[in-house]
Amino acid sequence: MSGHTDAPYEPVFVGKRRAELDELLTRYPTKQAALLPALWIVQEERGWLPEAGMTEVAAVLGLTAAYVKGVVTFYTMYKQHPTGTHFIQVCTTSPCLCAGADKVVDAFLEHTGCKELGLTSPDGKYTVIEVECLGACGFATPVQINLDYVENVTPEKVPTILAGLK
Amino acid sequence: MGYPHKSHPRETPVLSKHFGDPDAISLDGWKKRGGYKALEQALNMEPSAIVDIVKASGLRGRGGAGFPTGVKWSFMRPGDGKPHYLCCNADESEPGTFKDREIMRWTPHALIEGCAVGAYAIGAETAYIYIRGEFTEPIQRMEAALKEAYAAGILGNNAMGTGKRVDVYVHKGAGAYICGEETALMNSLEGKRGNPRIKPPFPAVSGLFGQPTTINNVETLAAVPHILNNGAEWYKAMCLGSPKSTGSKLFSVCGNISKPGNYEITMGFPFKDFLYDLCGGPTQGRKFKAVIPGGCSVPIQTMEEAEATLMDYEGFVAQGTMLGSGGVIVFDDAQSIPRQMARLARFYAHESCAQCTQCREGTAWTTKIMERIVAGQGTFEDLDTLLELADNMTGKTICVLSDSCATVVTSGLQKFRHEFEALITGRRSSTVPMAVA
Repeated sequence: MSGHTDAPYEPVFVGKRRAELDELLTRYPTKQAALLPALWIVQEERGWLPEAGMTEVAAVLGLTAAYVKGVVTFYTMYKQHPTGTHFIQVCTTSPCLCAGADKVVDAFLEHTGCKELGLTSPDGKYTVIEVECLGACGFATPVQINLDYVENVTPEKVPTILAGLK
Repeated sequence: MGYPHKSHPRETPVLSKHFGDPDAISLDGWKKRGGYKALEQALNMEPSAIVDIVKASGLRGRGGAGFPTGVKWSFMRPGDGKPHYLCCNADESEPGTFKDREIMRWTPHALIEGCAVGAYAIGAETAYIYIRGEFTEPIQRMEAALKEAYAAGILGNNAMGTGKRVDVYVHKGAGAYICGEETALMNSLEGKRGNPRIKPPFPAVSGLFGQPTTINNVETLAAVPHILNNGAEWYKAMCLGSPKSTGSKLFSVCGNISKPGNYEITMGFPFKDFLYDLCGGPTQGRKFKAVIPGGCSVPIQTMEEAEATLMDYEGFVAQGTMLGSGGVIVFDDAQSIPRQMARLARFYAHESCAQCTQCREGTAWTTKIMERIVAGQGTFEDLDTLLELADNMTGKTICVLSDSCATVVTSGLQKFRHEFEALITGRRSSTVPMAVA
């Protein structure tokens, strides 16, 4: 899979990032409580959560790597595999289905060249997935691209949205 | 100000007054609008006096359960020598609900003020606002507002110069509907998988980090400063229906309706006027068919039921459903109820934490059978199996996710059985939206 390399893992928690973690640790009475924030930091730095990243988090928080992986696999937003540069998450839960979210999914698949949900396009630029309720049902269909929401998406708007992605 | 629409004259804008107004977001803007007066007042009061005011106001939990907030706070015992915690539940993930997102986007300081007052009232020096990970913009707004509040000395070791410590932190979730369940939220905050805990012990006895904890919804906490500023009687007087339901309430409206968005009304407002007048009725040429009024976990209503409803905790119960989170999902006559119910079942199957067998297996099998029916491959026996499954999924698990999935099925089958039967007898596929007369 693309993104897997044999290069040695560079630690994330050094310098500024380490200072950020140290500040986070002051907020909680246990080190373990900083686990979700620490995993977010690794994902921000690496784009996903490689196993070595989970091992590093385990080491800095005094947990086992197996425990950390157990937590990672519970939450949908932690990426256990690399994705395309633009990670496109289309809400298709009931209210969005009323607005035709299934057609929005089809349009993204067609215009990105992604063959199916979860697969990355051949150029490495896009991955499209369906997600459960994004909590923006009045702006159906919301689509989360990497971190940001695009609201009121219709199939017709998809080419313009894709053209606007850097 | 309404959002994304202009406020309707029949709305009661209290929490939503500044939605859509960029000037209200900053600390200066918020102070211009009377912000942090309530906190200043609260920090100079006895905590128990604040609890009494909130009790007297009749404020009830806006996250779904409707438990009286002041009573919940009174379970905490300030001065018992233990650290206390306040958790603000901002894991808004109930399909149909998007009100807390707007509170955080437009009035982040209102929530910080509510958290600080709430924390002080229950004897907590630390409050965590647990925000779902997807909410990038609300998280950024809250973080920026917290920075301003700390810099201004409103929060910290000497909150507003009173010598009292009030810390408020944002904790970002990572994608899990179940973390909106209060004990799952606490586990998640502790750095664990978001599995709900068996109750008792209740959070007020042993909650976050094993200490006395109160969990309140965003909308509940945001209402508290208004109650302190204007008095319990003012809040209690906002009541058009049952005297047990007071104050203003945000309803998020979505699905097949002319003007989706957030609307704030006085408790007890007629649902018929709400749907047709405030929200503009159905879209051109369509008719309403059904409503799920309180987020997808409450029973679906027929239009006869909906149009006879008064919008408060008791009013929704009287018409076969619940107020829940106030997420109103409207279906028009072009929607297939079985198809929508199958999609909701899939939601629960995806979001089950899988620790209880009835839920893990029940949500998965319900989805499988529902999708088979929708594809035109169902049998009448399937309908009985669905009800039997629902019975086994109700009241038998640690939390109510399983019950919620069962509610979708039983209420859908009870009120729209003819649509399921049409799919079975007609072997009709509803993989595309179809008109069902």
